[in-house]
Amino acid sequence: MPIVRIPTQLRTLCEGAAEVDVDGATVGEVLKALDAAHPGFAGRLFDDAGGLRRFVNVFVADEDVRFADGLATLVEPGQTVSIIPAVAGG
Amino acid sequence: MSFVQGLKCRECHHAFPAEALHVCEWCFGPLEVVYDYEAIAGATSRETIAAGPPSIWRYANLLPAVNDGAVDLGAGFTPLVRADRLAAELGLGELWLKNDTLNPTGSFKDRVVSVALARARAMGFKVAACASTGNLANSVAAHAARAGMRHVVFIPADLEAGKVVTTAVYGPTLIAVDGSYDDVNRLCAELASEQPTWAFVNVNLRTYYAEGSKTLAFETAEQLGWEAPDHVVVPVGSGSQLTKIARGFRELYKVGLLDEEPHVRISGAQAEGCSPVATAFNEGHDYIRPVKPKTIAKSLAIGNPADGPYALDEVKRSGGGLEAVSDSEIVDSMLLLARTEGIFAETAGGVTIATLARLAAKGVVRSDERVVAYITGAGLKTIEAVAPVCRPTATIAPTMDAFAAAFEGVEG
Repeated sequence: MPIVRIPTQLRTLCEGAAEVDVDGATVGEVLKALDAAHPGFAGRLFDDAGGLRRFVNVFVADEDVRFADGLATLVEPGQTVSIIPAVAGG
Repeated sequence: MSFVQGLKCRECHHAFPAEALHVCEWCFGPLEVVYDYEAIAGATSRETIAAGPPSIWRYANLLPAVNDGAVDLGAGFTPLVRADRLAAELGLGELWLKNDTLNPTGSFKDRVVSVALARARAMGFKVAACASTGNLANSVAAHAARAGMRHVVFIPADLEAGKVVTTAVYGPTLIAVDGSYDDVNRLCAELASEQPTWAFVNVNLRTYYAEGSKTLAFETAEQLGWEAPDHVVVPVGSGSQLTKIARGFRELYKVGLLDEEPHVRISGAQAEGCSPVATAFNEGHDYIRPVKPKTIAKSLAIGNPADGPYALDEVKRSGGGLEAVSDSEIVDSMLLLARTEGIFAETAGGVTIATLARLAAKGVVRSDERVVAYITGAGLKTIEAVAPVCRPTATIAPTMDAFAAAFEGVEG
């Protein structure tokens, strides 16, 4: 099962957990499963068109999914999917 | 006293208390400081500012922190110098350079770090941290050392030697990360969740930190006799500095320090090897596509710029331009700036001057405008960039004849 790392800002949605294990073969599936297990995530992560909000970065195995296939990026069991606020740095 | 009322999401306008928050928990947008401008206007005049210290703290009423002597190394109030010789080379008229190489650690980062750490200390933080391309590392380490705070500084492992040494000298914890700046940044964004007692100046304290860059606009206007320039050229890494300079000019008018509403055209400077904002501008996009940086201008090598969309908006709205210049143009421009004005800037300064040259040639920056270019970091930090072409003209025996022969060769 992939492991999703949750940023502080969203931990209230999952009883304070820093990591959540959910099923899914792609980033999109994993994040939908996360929302099914802990309702509220989808509204925070996706825009009206169903894409990732512009200030949400998602990494699979430390690689920005925007450099891969976005929400269609494949996720293997045991891999870490990190949700990270884009607003940082500089 | 501080005139901060709270924080507000720039995207969805959700309000938050003035705590160590940088991201809206609803939409992940960046948070901004909200001030009581009416109260600031009542408490602030050109005279009260002139009576203040010769540092960023003369503008404390417009900053989200109060002067904390323990942190202060004297950041800001750097010279604004007229650059007639450079202007002549570029075919420009009234050109000024904001020489921010003269800050305590040699870059504009001292402005933002002073504000962030003054705020962090007031909030009770004991540890200062940051993700840095080098200039910020220098500044956080120095200011934390002075304030007696512990510091943990993260940099990409391939940074220029000068920037590594000038951070490590302040001790005690410098972590070099195998990866790009964007990798370092991501690591720190994750760490900030796990280390809530650390003040990451450009993560959880970023809302306050970024405000320090407004002083670049405040000083420019004051030094021009309380007038805004017509056009400014600003280097773009994360895009925060450009965005805050724009906000700074607007705020001066809002609190009555400028008589006329400023219409400053704002142009941005990037390196070809890392130009996500310039690319969006030139291709007409309103979103920023992240890139993997490859440029000698490492202080601007941010492939996924947090404030990129806002910097793009400011440039478009003000009628400015955005250019991406090559590494060889950067080096040539560092030499041009040094040769004509006696200012040795780091690579980011080369990016700014090369962009200014391009925009002047294209007629975007015009000879009838009063122009200010921001030179934000000192050249000694990146001597690698110019070392191959900056050598002794001749190496001679210590004799009059040897000198005469060598000098004749040089002078013709």
